[in-house]
Amino acid sequence: MKKKVLGRFIIIGVLAALAVFYLLPNIFHSLPGWWKQTMPSRGITLGLDLRGGLHLVFEVQGDKAVEITLDHIAESIRNDARSKDMEASVEIKDGRIVLEHQSPGMAALIREDYPSLDAKGNGVYELPAARVERIKKNSVEQALETIRNRIDQFGVAEPVIQRQGENEIIVQLPGVKNPKRAIDIIGKTAQLEFKIVDDKSPVAAELPGFVNPGEEEAILQQFKDKIPPDDQILFQKEQDPSTGRSVRTPVLVNKRAVITGDLLSEARVSIDTRYNEPYVALTFNAAGAKIFEDVTAKHVQDRMAIVLDGTVYSAPVIRERIPGGNASITGGFSTDEAKDLAIVLRAGALPAPVKMLQNVTVGPSLGRDSIEAGKRAGVIGAFLVVFFMIFYYRLSGVIADFALGLNILFLLGSMAALKATLTLPGIAGVILAVGMAVDSNVLMFERMREELRAGKTPRAAVDSGYDKAFWTIFDSHVTTLITALVLFQFGTGPIKGFAVTLSLGVAINLFTALVGTKTLFDFIHSRTEVKSLSI
Amino acid sequence: MIEFIKKPNIDFMGKRPFAFAFSGLLVALGIFSLIQVARGAANLGIDFAGGTSVQIKFKETVPLQNIRSALERSGLKDFDLQDLPTENKILIRVKKKEETLGGFSEKIVSTLKEDFAAQKPVVDSTTEIGPKVGDKLRKDALFAIVAATIGILIYVAFRFQFRFAVGATTATFHDVLAVFGIFYLLGKEVNLILVSALLMIAGYSLTDTVVVFDRIRENLRSRYRENINKVINLSINEVLSRTVIVSFTTLLAALALFIFGGEVIHDFSLAIILGIIIGTYSSIFVASPVVLLWKSKKLLGKR
Repeated sequence: MKKKVLGRFIIIGVLAALAVFYLLPNIFHSLPGWWKQTMPSRGITLGLDLRGGLHLVFEVQGDKAVEITLDHIAESIRNDARSKDMEASVEIKDGRIVLEHQSPGMAALIREDYPSLDAKGNGVYELPAARVERIKKNSVEQALETIRNRIDQFGVAEPVIQRQGENEIIVQLPGVKNPKRAIDIIGKTAQLEFKIVDDKSPVAAELPGFVNPGEEEAILQQFKDKIPPDDQILFQKEQDPSTGRSVRTPVLVNKRAVITGDLLSEARVSIDTRYNEPYVALTFNAAGAKIFEDVTAKHVQDRMAIVLDGTVYSAPVIRERIPGGNASITGGFSTDEAKDLAIVLRAGALPAPVKMLQNVTVGPSLGRDSIEAGKRAGVIGAFLVVFFMIFYYRLSGVIADFALGLNILFLLGSMAALKATLTLPGIAGVILAVGMAVDSNVLMFERMREELRAGKTPRAAVDSGYDKAFWTIFDSHVTTLITALVLFQFGTGPIKGFAVTLSLGVAINLFTALVGTKTLFDFIHSRTEVKSLSI
Repeated sequence: MIEFIKKPNIDFMGKRPFAFAFSGLLVALGIFSLIQVARGAANLGIDFAGGTSVQIKFKETVPLQNIRSALERSGLKDFDLQDLPTENKILIRVKKKEETLGGFSEKIVSTLKEDFAAQKPVVDSTTEIGPKVGDKLRKDALFAIVAATIGILIYVAFRFQFRFAVGATTATFHDVLAVFGIFYLLGKEVNLILVSALLMIAGYSLTDTVVVFDRIRENLRSRYRENINKVINLSINEVLSRTVIVSFTTLLAALALFIFGGEVIHDFSLAIILGIIIGTYSSIFVASPVVLLWKSKKLLGKR
């Protein structure tokens, strides 16, 4: 008997030590460096609702990635046709490539050079469904990678960047001070293009000098039928020099980009010494530098529009051939804006635009208040319960409190070990677990009292109290566990947090209530023949 | 030995008519509230309705009227204002099913920062949720509840009898509906946090019910010749002290959370307190009578 008790004590002791071990980072805020490197250094992670920060959900517009791919293919077909002196107008209609007025050789050319396109007859071509799926899937993965890069460069401690479902990306940024900047950095597609401005077209001369924000659509409608087929109208954000108001200047540019952001090797912030204004300095890689040099040589005296996500930032005149692959983006930035722009350009463009579905921002002060209040309430609540149990059940109450303490310790310890996050609903789970821990003990104690009343010896009362309460405890725990597991499987967000603490709490409680307290009772009874039970 | 309740002998089953009338009222209220939610007439949180909510803290009290007029001047419409006077905080909500997020909260914050610069507004939290997410969260929550219910029905039916499962499920739904109804009456917001609280209530209520059932089952084995009403009454009385003590201790923890836990957790702990009280009541007055109602035979099997 004695030996069995000792064995159980050792198990409990080892488990408790393990829990404390995992919780050390929460207890001591400055652990030595070697600890942080080799040992668990996170402790319990608090949810954003408790410590402040951003929780964002983005949807990757995979359809747009497919459109972009189609655009590229169409462009490439146009170039091939041009280089072989063939006629073809290549358009994209309803997600299909449509060739009109095609020369006789075009069908053969596409069959040979673009074998992945499905011919649907009459000059209509389609991307195979499997390819479309793959593009969509890849776009989500690439977006995830790009966003991760951007956040890394922006510098956030412990960010969470995860995929959710088919095409959603969750981003959690704890403790971010300036949410708007973070959202802008993640959300910017950052598609950088250089396009030659078509000032020679008569249409360019007809364009108004500037329009007010919101009137862009009207201009596009007005010129819809006049724009040359290879051109498009983009707008530049500017300030009206006379009034200082923000206006939009329409610019007629070639549809085709002469060079794009994927050829960049470097983007950083510099300061223009004349106006003391920050700008983003770009450096192209070797291939990009070569193209840039050729293009600038060919277009001396033309203007080159620097376009980011469809907005013209500047459109300077090319004075001479520019070797070396350096360019710059100016546009009246603040230092932060220039820095952020450099980050997104360095990290690369998103393969498809993303749409923000959800944005929950908890300010740092509210987060701090919540933690403090939560801790205080937890400690006070626990003390009340502990005190009451001792008051009502005397020595047995102390034993119950011991089990309760173990329960909370194990629960928090296992949450730290499993890297689970403690959220506000998670605290509810802890309370319920504490309630169940007390419940198990009360059930047993009330049983023991009944047995004592029936005239049994203390030891027999304890044993039969445990035996009879066992199945009740088991049933009530299993039903709760079913709820918790279902919630864990199907719930999202806060509900999941609740389910995690609850299911852990229930499982741990089965152990502490049935093994923990019994060990103590057995320990007491193994040493002396107890005459009365303090219950 | 300290005992709050010594050898009780209360005729719980005899008070059935009153209990059913009272519970009927609570459940009716809960169902009415659910209908109101479905109609969109309830105070649905941003989580489910979609939209924007901004909570701002000021250094000193700012009259709601001033904030309202400032926001209206800046061109905002259709917003709700709510203040938490104890902490100089206001909550602004715009329930709009906007496709693109971002515009509203920025506008609200910049307007207030400009117009009330002297009161040093600080943004406590902003939440923006697109309509798609709201739909998904609503569906997920509903699905989780249905799945958990089925799981419990199966387990309780397996361990006890089907009629016990019906009783346990009825009592659980009774409690969740009752708390939901009371929250609706109080004009509280229906959001994901409330759903978490309701789930915890369901868990608590179920435990409570299972403990009573367990004793009934045990007593039925030895007293299967006796009147079922009597056996149930006896069982409830036997576990009454346990029921009261457990409810009391859990209530202590929940009360600490309610009083000291801070504003974020306030409504949540209120729901839990209500749930504990109602859950305790239902395990005594609702669960067992329903078991009897389901099939009114004299004997309740052997098992």
